[in-house]
Amino acid sequence: MRHSFRRDMIIGAIAVTALVLLPLVWPNKAFIDFTIRGASFALFATSLNLLVGYGGMVSFGHGMFFGLGAYSFGLLMQRTGMSIPAAFALTIVVTAAVALAVGAICVRLKEIYFAFLTLAFQMFLYSLVILWVPLTGGDQGLRGGIPRPSFLGIDLADQRQLYIASCVLLVGGLILMHHIVESPFGYTLRMIRDNATRAAFLGVEVFRIKLVAFVLAGIFGGIGGVIMSLFVSGAYPEFANWTMSGEAVFIVMLGGISTFFGPVVGTVILLLLNDVVTRFTEYYGLTLGAIILLFALGLRRGLTDFLLDYWRRSPWVLAAAKRGR
Amino acid sequence: MLTIERLSKSFDGIAAISDVTLEFPTGSLTAVIGPNGAGKTTLFNLISGAFKADAGRVMLDGIDLVGLARAEIVRCGIARAFQVASIFPSFTVEETLNAAVQAHRGRAAVLDRRFPLAECCERAHEVMDMLGLAKEADTLSARLSHGDQKLLDVALALVLQPRVLLLDEPTAGMGPDERWQMIERVYRLWEREKMTVVFIEHDMDIVFKIANSIRVLCYGRVLAEGTPDQIRGNADVIAAYLGTEDGANP
Repeated sequence: MRHSFRRDMIIGAIAVTALVLLPLVWPNKAFIDFTIRGASFALFATSLNLLVGYGGMVSFGHGMFFGLGAYSFGLLMQRTGMSIPAAFALTIVVTAAVALAVGAICVRLKEIYFAFLTLAFQMFLYSLVILWVPLTGGDQGLRGGIPRPSFLGIDLADQRQLYIASCVLLVGGLILMHHIVESPFGYTLRMIRDNATRAAFLGVEVFRIKLVAFVLAGIFGGIGGVIMSLFVSGAYPEFANWTMSGEAVFIVMLGGISTFFGPVVGTVILLLLNDVVTRFTEYYGLTLGAIILLFALGLRRGLTDFLLDYWRRSPWVLAAAKRGR
Repeated sequence: MLTIERLSKSFDGIAAISDVTLEFPTGSLTAVIGPNGAGKTTLFNLISGAFKADAGRVMLDGIDLVGLARAEIVRCGIARAFQVASIFPSFTVEETLNAAVQAHRGRAAVLDRRFPLAECCERAHEVMDMLGLAKEADTLSARLSHGDQKLLDVALALVLQPRVLLLDEPTAGMGPDERWQMIERVYRLWEREKMTVVFIEHDMDIVFKIANSIRVLCYGRVLAEGTPDQIRGNADVIAAYLGTEDGANP
């Protein structure tokens, strides 16, 4: 068995342990903040890649689930006083329900129509956030902070503990998503991406598979939003704006769509660029745009796509393949 | 037995198939021939449910297939391979067949296990062996030779365990050697699996060598039907399609 679930769990456990121990030997507040934001974006972008890379569905509206996750969680915590795990679970239910309704309409469409309709739904959610001032605070966002009562001895108001929780959510989320793409379902999703007509001839219920993928992607995108709302202790309209979807598309383009970890690598690149570029210039958008162009025109794909291709074409690998024959 | 009764289909008023009545006995290996535009592929599209007939019936062992959804027609036992290989470029041959078997068995949405499902692998290997694709098991479909891509397309049809296999120009675009290799595989498959095979073919050498009966279509109508010997001596067919010994052979 190439990728067993147990192997993923072991690697995940090692990764979490390493991430948890790292600040003990290298106490750096900037790194902790960077990792929490990274966890949020990496889950968000990897969930988009479930659709783009594995399903061939380019969504321009995936940010709606990030925003929805942040706002649902924030509102539940502010208004109901429930515990964090309960609000987290309920947020997943809300995101899944919305993804089911939106997906049922969108996934019937192909390519550019799918992209634009998802964008339309995203802008609908954004307008709702802006206009429904009594609930969402309008363009001011959810202010006054999100209460973060401790549960099971875990206090997420403490940055260290939030860091650990983010790492656990990140690794857990990645393990689950990796399992999804390596499951029979994941391969059916690839079949649809490659050749939906033939897949249908073979008995695949294309609509149902795409819809389930859309809902799963929505859930993990929402979890990314929850981490962000815990990090900033609030929720702001830009979480639900189209620029959020744009960031995820950027990350996926930077990191690559043909490897599972592409979006994680893309997240690190984008966040580093973000931190470095803003330190030196106010023309952040211009610089970032130029770098994206460099990737698109120079590498013609994301970084991990490029590296994977380079690796496969390397003389050493080709020779090994020949010996394998 | 697959029976076609008074089948008609027109596109924008132009008849592609008109009033066609044909029989394909169970276990036969039948070639459908005819000049370009004779309606051969349209006939396959009508049988497999890609198009809906304007009139007439397609009966498989007493069940009328006209109006059924594609998936239902597949379930009745009809599968087809395509003129241009319709495959999954990013899958290896083995992955393709594993995924196809799992889809055919209604296991396409399984989320709590890893691909490939052990219970599907046996059938996938069986189909690979049937067509001699096992040596390419780990090759990416996109990198297969043209001939092997066509074979993989046939393999995908076989996964569906059809009683009737429709092959639309299995040798299209192949060189002479590859053609005979392909057709030999089809022939052996037919011999072994005892299924009804209907194939469209332009190469008359192949047709007369392997088919045990032939149907000739011309302008959407049945021009002739019979054994290879009967067709070879049929005056209408010679005039319309085969050409005379010294005349041009299209």
